[in-house]
Amino acid sequence: MDWLNAVVQGTLLGGLYALFAAGLSLIFGVMRLVNIAHGDLIVLAAYLGLTVTTATGLHPLLALILVVPTMAAIGYVLQRGLLNQTLGDDLLPPLLVTFGLSVILQNTLLEVYTADPQKMDAGALETASFAVGGLTLGVLPALTFVLAVVVIWGLQWTFYHTAIGRAFRAVSDNQDIAQLMGLNRRHVYGLAMALALGVTAIAGILLGIRTSFDPSIGGGRLIFGFEAVIIGGLGNLWGTLAGGVILGVAQTVGAKIDPGWQILSGHLAFLVILAIRPNGLFPRIDT
Amino acid sequence: MNLNTYTVSRSSKTARIAAILSAVVLIILIAAPWWAGRADMRLMGELFLYLALATLWNLMAGYAGLVSVGQQAYVGFGGYMLFALTMFAGLHPIAAILAAGLLGALASIPVAVLIFRLRGAYFAIGTWVIAEVFRLGFAQVSALGGGSGSSLPVAIVKSLASKRAMRGSLSYWLALGAAVVVIAAVYAFLRSRKGLALTAIRDNELAASSLGIDIWRTKFTVYVVTSALTAMVGALIFLQKLRISPDAAFSVNDWTAFVIFIVVIGGIGTIEGPIIGTLVFFALRETLADLGTTYLIVLGVVAIVIMLRAPRGIWGVIRNRFDLQLFPLGYRVNASNKDNGT
Repeated sequence: MDWLNAVVQGTLLGGLYALFAAGLSLIFGVMRLVNIAHGDLIVLAAYLGLTVTTATGLHPLLALILVVPTMAAIGYVLQRGLLNQTLGDDLLPPLLVTFGLSVILQNTLLEVYTADPQKMDAGALETASFAVGGLTLGVLPALTFVLAVVVIWGLQWTFYHTAIGRAFRAVSDNQDIAQLMGLNRRHVYGLAMALALGVTAIAGILLGIRTSFDPSIGGGRLIFGFEAVIIGGLGNLWGTLAGGVILGVAQTVGAKIDPGWQILSGHLAFLVILAIRPNGLFPRIDT
Repeated sequence: MNLNTYTVSRSSKTARIAAILSAVVLIILIAAPWWAGRADMRLMGELFLYLALATLWNLMAGYAGLVSVGQQAYVGFGGYMLFALTMFAGLHPIAAILAAGLLGALASIPVAVLIFRLRGAYFAIGTWVIAEVFRLGFAQVSALGGGSGSSLPVAIVKSLASKRAMRGSLSYWLALGAAVVVIAAVYAFLRSRKGLALTAIRDNELAASSLGIDIWRTKFTVYVVTSALTAMVGALIFLQKLRISPDAAFSVNDWTAFVIFIVVIGGIGTIEGPIIGTLVFFALRETLADLGTTYLIVLGVVAIVIMLRAPRGIWGVIRNRFDLQLFPLGYRVNASNKDNGT
């Protein structure tokens, strides 16, 4: 039963990792950009949530109403003002610019919010639980998982059933022809980054309710998201959810064996999958 | 037009002058224990070790196209090997540094086989995962102090040299030696046949492979050699610090972010770039260090602006304007001045 419990808790944790990964997966799919600052943007969202909740007294989940559009706006401006300039055949500029951005974000957060660990207060939601078939599940982890499924379903639907989704797929397939067909790819990329950071905002708030956070944890979140993307297979959003779940389960089962092994066993699971299935479990995009 | 009036040469007048000047500078630097204070020597030692790290990262990213954000894996690995080999195997510190290089090469082989499956930017993050695995792995080793780390025992420190001043000089010379060896090795490598293959891969992978270059093997060699040398530099860094902990040994900021900024600011894909970048980095650090985090923000902004406005860095700008090459890698055609008839 203990082991089953570890697997179930890990699955729910995987929902959070899938949310970390969804934004990463989305922007890679649309513009082949790997954003090294992604983890720091998740932490930024958590801090924005903290500012909103302390300033207005809103519940952290209601703070999403403000934080999601703010992050989306930041995403659009960031993409059009900075990241669009780095896109091209050369790999180095996007990598180094987002790496520089990561250092800037991390230290700005440190300057503004200090290095003290912070946490968002979600009241009764943090401790509420319910029993299912002999297992006790936290309401917050379950809610996180449901939100992850909803977000990924929403992204899938946006991609395949809306005009903007068609634009995303078009610039992803061939930017030059998409441009000839009247799509402004700079604007489309801006919208994709806005959407990705909107998702990141949800991930950041849920992270901030679940655990304490400080400005230095961005890199670790980036790695979890990245591992979920690679395990699931590039460009496959449902695969990313599966990847998040596998990572989460590996971590909780590892922690069950020895608490010091939690994060390490997640990384090892990732490396094993990389060794056996280099393209991930459910690949869609060839790079 | 008479072809005899043209000569193809690698060297140039500036390169010869630069070679003489660097020899003079090197002699002055070797003599530093006789003219510099202890604090200055420590700072210069650190500078040389950063120069070595930057030169190695530049070889990988600027020439082999292997952009890694996980070189701290080998810095920390080398540091831990120094501690483990001196404390448990009783090796002399200098022998342990060499052994750390060898073990670093061995460790990098399975790592390379695994992460070479990732392309481009995903390769970069993959290297970071490896560094995290190393960090968490070493934090589990209780004999080396686990998560809180350990200090190098006094007896081992004394085995290097009994007097403190002599130890200071020795670790300074080791750092200087590391920088010189690394730069010389990279320079010699790039001028060799293999180096030419590497440059060809960087310029066009498809064309290089159609000329019969084994891309995977060339990159693999670069990765393993770089890892070995990085591990040796790591061992030297922690011989200077005398204390190691997983967070310090595998710090992404200290051993990768700064190194990347150095190379980008100085000029990626050139031998001169990391040298200029290291000097600029230390000048910035010494003047802005009091500002704390602001200094890192400034560094990040400078790196982004350079990447976008002058992707070849400071040296790239200088080279374009004055057509200079201090470490000549390419060949150039010179028209002879004696015969101006053409």
